[in-house]
Amino acid sequence: MRKSARIAIILATFGVAAAGVVYLLRPGVLPHDKDTPQLSASTQQINKGEYLARAGDCVACHTAPNGTAFAGGRAMPTPFGALYVPNITPDDETGIGQWTSDEFYRMMHTGVSRDGSLLYPAMPYPQYTQVTRTDSDAIYAYLMSIPPVKQKNREHELRFPYNNRDLLIGWRTLYFKEGEYQPNPKQSAEWNRGAYLVKGLGHCAMCHTAVNALGGSSESKAFEGGMIPNQNWYAPSLTSNREAGLGNWKIQEIADLLQAGVSHRGTVYGPMAEVVFNSLQYLTDEDAKAMAVYLKALPQKDNSPPPTSQARLVAPETMELGRKVYVAQCVMCHGAEGKGLPPEYPPLAGNQSITMETPVNPIRMVLNGGYPPGTRKNPRPHGMPPFSHILDDNEVAAVVTYIRVAWGNSGTPVNAKQVNDLRTLLPE
Amino acid sequence: MKLISTSCVIALFFCAILPAEAQVTSDATPAFKKLDSIEARAQGCVTCHGQQGQGTANGYFPRIAGKPAGYLYNQLVAFRNGTRRYPPMNYLVAYLPDPYLKELAEHFAAQRPAYNNQERLVQDAAAAARGQMLVTAGDPKKGLPACIACHGAGLTGMEPGIPGLAGLRPAYVVGQLTRWKVGERHAAEPDCMKRIASRLTDEDISAVAGYLAQKTPPTNASPEPSNLVRMPFACGSQR
Repeated sequence: MRKSARIAIILATFGVAAAGVVYLLRPGVLPHDKDTPQLSASTQQINKGEYLARAGDCVACHTAPNGTAFAGGRAMPTPFGALYVPNITPDDETGIGQWTSDEFYRMMHTGVSRDGSLLYPAMPYPQYTQVTRTDSDAIYAYLMSIPPVKQKNREHELRFPYNNRDLLIGWRTLYFKEGEYQPNPKQSAEWNRGAYLVKGLGHCAMCHTAVNALGGSSESKAFEGGMIPNQNWYAPSLTSNREAGLGNWKIQEIADLLQAGVSHRGTVYGPMAEVVFNSLQYLTDEDAKAMAVYLKALPQKDNSPPPTSQARLVAPETMELGRKVYVAQCVMCHGAEGKGLPPEYPPLAGNQSITMETPVNPIRMVLNGGYPPGTRKNPRPHGMPPFSHILDDNEVAAVVTYIRVAWGNSGTPVNAKQVNDLRTLLPE
Repeated sequence: MKLISTSCVIALFFCAILPAEAQVTSDATPAFKKLDSIEARAQGCVTCHGQQGQGTANGYFPRIAGKPAGYLYNQLVAFRNGTRRYPPMNYLVAYLPDPYLKELAEHFAAQRPAYNNQERLVQDAAAAARGQMLVTAGDPKKGLPACIACHGAGLTGMEPGIPGLAGLRPAYVVGQLTRWKVGERHAAEPDCMKRIASRLTDEDISAVAGYLAQKTPPTNASPEPSNLVRMPFACGSQR
């Protein structure tokens, strides 16, 4: 054999081997056992799947406004362009009707779609990876049981270079850790159940952990809070007692907040109201309590020191203006001492969501008001009216400053510019 | 700027609050008697629509008191589902269930507060005459029925789904008719208001709004029952 031919064969062999290695390393290949008998889904399994799909809040993203549940089409604005959420009804052509439970699990567990393409992490597979195979199969069985809807998926409208899915390989190396939830034997079964729900299906970290410019988040910063991209609400830290740290809440208060949407300590509005409305209100009391137990036990750490007394100085005329506005508009529901009438009207004194470093949420509440979600445990919630048309920027800044520092609250003053920035945004 | 520490301010505050503060209250200020009541629950509405739904001194927001419960309910559902677009309302009712929206609608439908001072729109004689004609007689040549044919002889609306027009401000009426005309506002199919608005010119719209603003609302502002007249156009909201 000629030398060049031999080199060609060697190169070809290397090529095949390299291709094989690349093939084997490609994300999402799971060994699956063809001999395992596939049983037809039982009522029990479908019911369980429905419950778990609610715990995972699939419906919130996979349903267009006023559209059919799970038929997709909802635009999801991201800093990188708009994503259009796919149809996950069991339609054979436009939905997931042809998917097998293996393929569904691979998608949940590794973020790889049926056709092998990498999913954008708007799909919370970095969290869903913790979901067990049994639970994934139950969710699959439920989705197969709902009415199929023929509705074609819409192409994403992402900017260059984010429209290239291959770049996700890099993102995944940095930010994605595959693996089912491993129970911590040192903790109770209840704590472990709560951790499984919070870290997995609940995908709480999607909002409550800050994301960086690449849309990634780091595990060391888990649950430390962050602005929610494109929604202009701040998801408070769950690990800081100065924000929404739950260390000094009672278990029942946390469970109430999750399940009813109102509690003796605070109330959910905005994106969290949506989560409670679509998802958490359907949890069993046991699961809500388990989540509360886990959340309360999160290690409390404050990364920044409390504001200095210098930072908390307020001009007397601002304080007086804020007090006047408060007495005229707020006292009726929140009381002269800021104690509120909980759970109907939340307390403002000692309420961490008002005093936390970023004043976005309290400013938005004064401007736009809000109703907590109507839930099974609180179907007729009391609401707060908007004040954006009654109070000017100075008055809103003054009254928000007032509630951030009155009654021993530990917040810092806000200024009219911060109010104006939020006033010009449409409420979402 | 003179700054004093927060604790001093708080101390001053407690001194200052001792003499009873004279509260300036208006129909747009939150107030209720009983916490577990629909009045208390509806406080989220009052800064724009007034304590009894009579509207407020503030420009655009419509009177909702005494409009048929079915109409108010349809609007609340449409705001929640996003089929009627007005971001402040879409946001407020986004996560409220149907039975609760119905209860809120029935609450405001049952209110009969006095009408606010009317807002006049300066009109020339021709516009005033055109407005009167469209409201009371319609324009058969353009295929336009009179407003009163469906909204009631007293413009107080008709059960279950047609709103009263008496006491609505010109800015609101112009806004809604224009939105219908350009396809931004819809009602249940068949959408009779779409048929009407698309036949109106901008001048017609402002003539109608001006005439409605000058109409003195009747003392009994209840909507008419639905069986008195046969409507010239079929309306989905009446089914």
